[in-house]
Amino acid sequence: MLTTPQPSATTAAAPLAEADRPLSVRGLTVAYHHKPVLWDVDYSAPAGGPIAIVGPNGAGKSTFIRAVLGLVPRLSGEVRVFGRPVERQRRAIGYVPQRSSVDWDFPASALDVVAMGLYGRIGWLRPVRNRHREQALAHLDQVGMAEFAGRQIGQLSGGQQQRVFLARALAQDARLYFMDEPFAGVDAATERAIAKVLAELDRQGRTVVCVHHDLQTAPDYFRHVLLLNGRVVAAGPMETTFTVANLQVAYGGLLAAELAATAATA
Amino acid sequence: MTLAEVFDVLLFRAGFNTAVVLAGAAMLGAGAGLIGVFVLLRRRALVSDAISHATLPGVALGFLAAVGLGLDGRNLPILLVGAASTGILGILAVQWIRDRTRLPEDAAIGTVLSVFFGAGIVLLSHIQTLAVGGQAGLDTFLIGQAAAMSRADALLIGGAAALVVLIALAAFKEFALVCFDPDFAGAGGWRVGRIDLVMLALLLAVVVIGLKTVGLILIIALVIVPPVAARFWTERLNRMALAAALFGAASGYLGAAASALLPRLPAGGVIVLVAGALFVVSLLFAPARGVLAGAVRRLRFRMAIARRQGLLAVAGGEAIADPIARLVLRRNGLIDRQDRPTESGRTAAAAARREQRLWRRYRADYPTDAIADREWSLAPIDAVLPADLVAELERRVAAS
Repeated sequence: MLTTPQPSATTAAAPLAEADRPLSVRGLTVAYHHKPVLWDVDYSAPAGGPIAIVGPNGAGKSTFIRAVLGLVPRLSGEVRVFGRPVERQRRAIGYVPQRSSVDWDFPASALDVVAMGLYGRIGWLRPVRNRHREQALAHLDQVGMAEFAGRQIGQLSGGQQQRVFLARALAQDARLYFMDEPFAGVDAATERAIAKVLAELDRQGRTVVCVHHDLQTAPDYFRHVLLLNGRVVAAGPMETTFTVANLQVAYGGLLAAELAATAATA
Repeated sequence: MTLAEVFDVLLFRAGFNTAVVLAGAAMLGAGAGLIGVFVLLRRRALVSDAISHATLPGVALGFLAAVGLGLDGRNLPILLVGAASTGILGILAVQWIRDRTRLPEDAAIGTVLSVFFGAGIVLLSHIQTLAVGGQAGLDTFLIGQAAAMSRADALLIGGAAALVVLIALAAFKEFALVCFDPDFAGAGGWRVGRIDLVMLALLLAVVVIGLKTVGLILIIALVIVPPVAARFWTERLNRMALAAALFGAASGYLGAAASALLPRLPAGGVIVLVAGALFVVSLLFAPARGVLAGAVRRLRFRMAIARRQGLLAVAGGEAIADPIARLVLRRNGLIDRQDRPTESGRTAAAAARREQRLWRRYRADYPTDAIADREWSLAPIDAVLPADLVAELERRVAAS
């Protein structure tokens, strides 16, 4: 550790009404068995502009998202989405899990998977109808994948699979999106498609909270950043928070030269 | 046994009782195959083995309870309630060990399965020494016995299996969601734990009602083998579910028919053999994912590569090094016996050369698109890329 940085202001200048705040996390602590992964995380996401979660491997970035969504148990902490407990805001939330989290040999077409994003609105025990398939196809088209609708998902490239996951999240029609490394290991066309979707969601006033690995591109795609390393290192607007000093603390002084170069160009 | 007798049984003409037993066994197979699809996709195949073995002590306890109540020890509903009870205990034991210790699930399953089965065997031996009637029928729960089934038993089994099918069809979308991506389901507010519980309950129901027909050792096969066989035929879940239900129904039906014709034949064994035969046929011959279809596809691909390499050699005026390429070109009349290109061979070689140059140009000039669009391997460029782009590439190749 080089210095103890001052955490930047966690909110934009104008204070937000609780109901307008997309995400508000207080005192979040998560552990696997007896090993704590996240300690006392307080974070309040601003409305407007996609948010990157950045930090080294094992910093708890994915765990943060999974704990917010209730996929791993919270030892302590409160999570509110648009002013209400996250459990009561499921329809307002969209999710893009890591691509490696499912078995792609599953007997389903790209369209079948995108239609899963509509299940929440279709409701319990009701079948998927043709109009739902048409909606799903429109979302596939949004990510440039309409021509692959009938393809078995295992026969898609990694980037195409990622775009299928993105289209499924779009089908959820959510106000707040969580994405877990959507840019990891994708081709250039997919990266363009994801960037386009991020911009489109932002334009529609939807908030995206996205785990992002690539420090080089973080300032290009995101307006805000949450720097994590077991705890909140810093959070705030990209320009004032994505600094060499903060990154060095988050990454424990590793890769200092490289980080300096990255931040300098940001 | 004459052929006429065989047809009478198969066509439901060998008496009402046999017809009911056959229909019940077919419905049981359909239910087992359908729920098996989700058991397989949720990776719960081993759990179902634990459940089936854990039912044995329940069968024995059910017998003792029935006798204690002054009923016939072979009263099927009581036996099945007993079986379901210890089956549930078995599941709970596996889950408790998995969640509270660091043992992996397969170790928990192996332990629970053998301990419950051992307890059942001990209880059954004890029952054989009792001075009550009806023990003789109990060992049919191990390997199954369709012919001995009464009409009431068959109706109970068929009706319960039909209920399992209905519930699984109603919750098809929810089951599919949880099997494919439980995290996404959980994030979207679906109660993954409860949906899993319904799946497990249906599995338990199939195992318990299948005890009498198939027997507890082999019921797991009727749950797992039909969906595994069905997977070879299709890449779609609904078609896989349909095929698995049909395979299961055929297995149950044919097995019960064999048991009706040859009462000494164990129905469970025959049912599983039919399912096994369907599996072998699927594994070898299914066009979607079968072994033979895969071999043919690989061979075609290999020959297409060889043809292309051979033609490129011809175009460059070189000798064709690959013996397979020579064979393919000769068979297609593209070269003669002295390996000299024929008229059509020269045309094809020129076309192959053009393809190669255009694709190279494309990959050099549009690297990101070329990587994103990996469909090009052997397809003709005119069929893959738009005509104006091909024309542009032609100009660039000619200019270079």
